[in-house]
Amino acid sequence: MSPRSLFLALTALMLTACGPSTDSTEPAREPFASTYQPLPSKTTLIRNATVLTGTGERIDNGAVLLEDGRIAKVGRDLSAPRGARVIDAEGRWVTPGIIDAHSHLGVYPSPEVAALSDGNEITGNNTAGVWAEHGVWPQDPGFDTALAGGVTSMLILPGSANLFGGRGVTLKNVPSTTYQGMKFPGAPHALKMACGENPKRVYGPGRQTPYTRMGNVFGYRSAWIEAETYRDKWDRWLAKGDEADPADQPQRDLKLETLAAVLRGDILVHNHCYRGDEMATMLDVAREFGYKVTAFHHAVEAYKIADLLGENEVCAAMWADWWGFKMEAFDGIRENIAMVDAAKNGCAIVHSDDPHGIQRLNQEAAKAMAAGNRAGMEIRPEHAIRWVTANPAKSMGILDQTGTLEAGKMADVVIWSGNPFSVYSLADQVFIDGALLYDRDDPERQPMRDFKLGILEVNS
Amino acid sequence: MNRFSLTAAALITIGATMNPAAAQRIAIEGATIHTLGDAGTLEQGTLLIRDGKIAALGPKLSVPGDVKTIAGKDKVVTPGLFDALSALGVEEVELVAGTVDNELESSHLGAAFDVTGAINPRSTLIPINRIEGVTRAMVAPTSPSAWLSTPPGSLFAGQGSVISLAPVSDFVIKPRAALFVTLGKHGADFTGGSRAGTLGELREALEDTRAWDALPAGQKQTANPGYAIRRPAREVLLKAMSGELPVVARVHRASDIGAALALADEFGLRLIIAGGAEAWIIADALAKARVPVILNPVDNLPENFEQLGARPDSAAILHAAGVLIAIADDGESHQARNIRQLAGNAVAHGLPWDAALASVTVNPARIYGLGNGRDGLMPGQGADAVVWSGDPLEVTTMAETVIINGAVQSMTSRQTLLRDRYLDKDGDWPAAYSHPSSP
Repeated sequence: MSPRSLFLALTALMLTACGPSTDSTEPAREPFASTYQPLPSKTTLIRNATVLTGTGERIDNGAVLLEDGRIAKVGRDLSAPRGARVIDAEGRWVTPGIIDAHSHLGVYPSPEVAALSDGNEITGNNTAGVWAEHGVWPQDPGFDTALAGGVTSMLILPGSANLFGGRGVTLKNVPSTTYQGMKFPGAPHALKMACGENPKRVYGPGRQTPYTRMGNVFGYRSAWIEAETYRDKWDRWLAKGDEADPADQPQRDLKLETLAAVLRGDILVHNHCYRGDEMATMLDVAREFGYKVTAFHHAVEAYKIADLLGENEVCAAMWADWWGFKMEAFDGIRENIAMVDAAKNGCAIVHSDDPHGIQRLNQEAAKAMAAGNRAGMEIRPEHAIRWVTANPAKSMGILDQTGTLEAGKMADVVIWSGNPFSVYSLADQVFIDGALLYDRDDPERQPMRDFKLGILEVNS
Repeated sequence: MNRFSLTAAALITIGATMNPAAAQRIAIEGATIHTLGDAGTLEQGTLLIRDGKIAALGPKLSVPGDVKTIAGKDKVVTPGLFDALSALGVEEVELVAGTVDNELESSHLGAAFDVTGAINPRSTLIPINRIEGVTRAMVAPTSPSAWLSTPPGSLFAGQGSVISLAPVSDFVIKPRAALFVTLGKHGADFTGGSRAGTLGELREALEDTRAWDALPAGQKQTANPGYAIRRPAREVLLKAMSGELPVVARVHRASDIGAALALADEFGLRLIIAGGAEAWIIADALAKARVPVILNPVDNLPENFEQLGARPDSAAILHAAGVLIAIADDGESHQARNIRQLAGNAVAHGLPWDAALASVTVNPARIYGLGNGRDGLMPGQGADAVVWSGDPLEVTTMAETVIINGAVQSMTSRQTLLRDRYLDKDGDWPAAYSHPSSP
């Protein structure tokens, strides 16, 4: 039995044992299943645009056909099916929807009041059992402003105060009264881990572990040892099959369930880590316990170990130019992203970690591209766009469904007023699964979360 | 370029900066020059710099032979960027204790807290921002952040000074150029939790100062007891009430800005609004009172209950109403270099391009009363200028040459050295062996 099918069997059994079973077509490990349904769409042909496909290709005078919520065709001379909406995008650019691999929208929403601050369970160094989705406030106005910046999907992560912060959730950027209504169908879960200063700054002063980076690594390894034992206990019980005695069924532990799922390869590890030497340490920890780090986040010193990241096929999600706000960010440089990208098998991601930055990921990618070009690289927009589309999609495990403009994928598409690598360009139209969710020229096609409603309009 | 020639180039440019500014004669030839001064914009203009000052500028200048020329074809020249709200020189690493000097967790000095003495012109932040075109900055004290609990401190953050980002001697352009006060929600942290408490304490301090000033000269030095604030702070407030010292109020909510306007009117304060997320709501009143606003135009989220009206076209609305604006990101000194990106975003949301460029160059100088309000590239003015690879508000544009007080600056920073030592790792030796020698 492969680890994955074993896990599915395990979770199916657990659900049987612990409560009503879900529909058998639903992923069994989703007690909080996605209820997302694409909004109404119509067949749309975008033509005469400069198209960046996200696969590295640029098509001048290009066209993209959106049909039944999917990308139907991408090319030059596409004809519009009967009844299709035709958008003449002359002078404008088309890209895949922007994807942010590191957002706290919903869990650290606007307004930034303590009552809505639900992004970090700072009560212990290992809170792997908490899920960011249970802290998501779907009324965060930041979702709307991110949509106006072309963002169609994002990974919402817990904060970084803990060695294991909990599970992250991938959302489609659609308005909904529940987070389940935003949940990206079938996207793998994420585990947020954190290196460095934050855990020791939070726990050390109270003389709790970790007090040092030594304590950090002690904490990771101790937890993985526990998770191995937990996984093996379940495996032994499951291996008995029909002969297993329900009375012997191991007790579920939400924290270890998350960690065991990482060891089985079902949850992707997103590891907050700034320093190059610490990333190397984390790769060794991952090797010791047989799991994979999917992406290092922030990774301000990734440029110092770009080859090592490439060899291990680990992505790095980075800011274009943030530096110096804490000691482990002191060596930040503008060329970080370009240098990670240039390495063999390099997987560079521009992330935001910020409700303002997420609105301008295109500009952040532009700055990183320009810095790389100044350093003698030749990075073109058709390549750099991958840092905010295909590469984050890859790290979130959704590249087979979105992140590029390829036939059959979700029609998550942005029409920009001009070159998206210009400060002056804005997202004109944003499509998610083919539905026009945002139109800069049509106030009625611009969502407004409840919190923004009825304050200024009725008090002017 | 291999590692060693890069290092050699860095050494040469470091050496160049050490030449006295006065010895340099520079001509930038054939560039698009946005003077933001009397000459407006020159296409294919030439800028001549001598003895630290702008000697001449015009479309057709004859350039003497003993001048260092910089080819300006396809380049854009502007005055240097001016960060109107920074902690440059008083902050190294925000989360490292002992490297931050712009916040006073004590109410002892109050308005008399003068940040000037703490400014370190050799801060790592200064070259990193200088090589990207930042030539001047207001070093502004702030009231301590009430992030987790209310710290000791004062609604009077203290006095800030305008500095030049070079050279390391004589870098203070205008000491104690403004007094910073904190109103609104943050100010209330220091006055018992109510905005009205903040306004009350501010009023008490101003009234006490006025009463003290009315005393006969002989009694002023001795008659101290019973006042709300100590004598050095009263002396500062006296300057503020004479209009000599502008008062920067950090405040967002429209009603709080209105209260500040009323107080300024009553006590003769020369008010400047910083933050101002809702300033657009009372733009006409601000214009009428000739009160400038320093804002971050990308602050478009209702981050708290005093910024519910935040919107991305605030800068455009204020400018259209006739308010003098500067664009800055308060408290983001490491990224002072990004104020031009903020200005570009304001353009994307309706601010005219010229006004946006002015908001990050000459307007801060006007707001803080430098040079009698005359700033920009004009003959006789001190020569701070930047040669850009293109539109300075565009994110893909780079600063190529930075001139401060008539001296061409090194384009080396700690960050460029880090880049260079890791960019070329072909050699057998660790990166640690790639570095310029100390001067």
